[in-house]
Amino acid sequence: MTTNATPEVPSLAIDVQGLSKSFGRMAALRKVDLQLAYGEGLALFGHNGAGKSTLIRTLTTLIRPDDGTVRIAGFDRESQASNIRSIIGYVGHQSLLYDDLTPRENLRFYAKLYGLPDAHDLVERSLAEVGASSYADRRVRVLSNGMQKRVAIARALLHRPRVLLLDEPETGLDQGGLELLDTVVTAVKQGGASVVMATHGTERALALAERAIVLADGRVSLACATSETTVDAIQQAVLAERGASSRSGAQA
Amino acid sequence: MKSYLRSAVAVYAKDMRLEARTKETFSAVLAFAVIVAFVFGFAFDPSPSVVALVGPGIVWVAYVFTGILGMNRTFAVERDRGTLEGLLLAPVGREAIYAGKLASTTTIMLVVEVLLYPVFLVLFELNLFNIWFVLVTVAATVGFSAVGTLFSAIAAHTRAREILLPLLFLPIVLPVIIGAVASTSAALAGDGWDGVGKWLQFIVAFDLVFLVLSSWAFDFVLEE
Repeated sequence: MTTNATPEVPSLAIDVQGLSKSFGRMAALRKVDLQLAYGEGLALFGHNGAGKSTLIRTLTTLIRPDDGTVRIAGFDRESQASNIRSIIGYVGHQSLLYDDLTPRENLRFYAKLYGLPDAHDLVERSLAEVGASSYADRRVRVLSNGMQKRVAIARALLHRPRVLLLDEPETGLDQGGLELLDTVVTAVKQGGASVVMATHGTERALALAERAIVLADGRVSLACATSETTVDAIQQAVLAERGASSRSGAQA
Repeated sequence: MKSYLRSAVAVYAKDMRLEARTKETFSAVLAFAVIVAFVFGFAFDPSPSVVALVGPGIVWVAYVFTGILGMNRTFAVERDRGTLEGLLLAPVGREAIYAGKLASTTTIMLVVEVLLYPVFLVLFELNLFNIWFVLVTVAATVGFSAVGTLFSAIAAHTRAREILLPLLFLPIVLPVIIGAVASTSAALAGDGWDGVGKWLQFIVAFDLVFLVLSSWAFDFVLEE
């Protein structure tokens, strides 16, 4: 694990300024600004293709932005990407698990990559936190999507991240899994870490997060505190932007 | 350095465990290698004079073809299953991932190559159980893997990776193939260090250059 010292007490967990990213001629993010304090949760809404996954993947360092700055816990994405990787947890569309290893073996492998000193305890604790201990010795390929998603969450929590990035984490989870997700997000925030969650589950996300953003065609179309908005208002904003996007797409 | 070694060993051990469990790459590569050897066995008259002339070439063509097949899977498997992102999200130097992948590719190739020794002995009466040939095999295989692991990562990002890898790989490793064939001829002729030495040094120099270059370039290759 990288041992560089944290720059002098960053006040923001996430500080994004003027972030832009294009894939070919298609702009995925346009001048996005985003600030999030420690212990806060951010719900990220938007129709399909609005830029949610691109924003989250840029925060993970998997995507290099075309323009703008990204700082996570004070670390700059361009010059300190490895430091960022050591403090973020990510749950995406894919589980990032090896099908022919067991959940326990997968987590032990990642624990070695992260250089965790008490790997054995952390692996067992993470498996227990997501209720995966009972199937920790079965191969991942025989597990259901929901079980794999739980293990993917355990993988993301393994190194106790300071920023947890979730890209539609509810996909594949049953009611028990969704309740577990709520518990995990709440516990992570109470522990002082920040959570960014891209989702279509408006009600759940508004209950979990302190702040909300609606993305449309790569732009922030609405940013507010969750206490100042409603499920209907968010859904209408998403629908309005989707309609506008469809019309502009048809005109183009 | 400790972090580099720990990460490289973790990637290597993971790859070996997966391969031991599935035998996906190993079985495909070994079957292909045996088929290639049999095809050459039927294509050429395995008389001693012909074998002395074309035997080393046959051995290395078989090794290179099977190597390409194996290296195609080095990163394709990680990419297809989405686990490459898991590696890239870890706070480890890309060169450590490269080193782990290089070691696992080299190990699988060496095992297949050694298992082909008796096949060549039976089909061509070509006795490859020769210390000089073993040294050449190890040095050339490291060279193939050093280049192949890098290009496998490049090719894995493309749709036509099965075509792209040989197109990138073969021109670059041509010096190693030439050196390996020449030194194999010398080794099998019983020339010892006098005949093998200069080629072996040449292959080792190639290995060192491409280990350093590929390790350095790997970071850029994996960038989105």
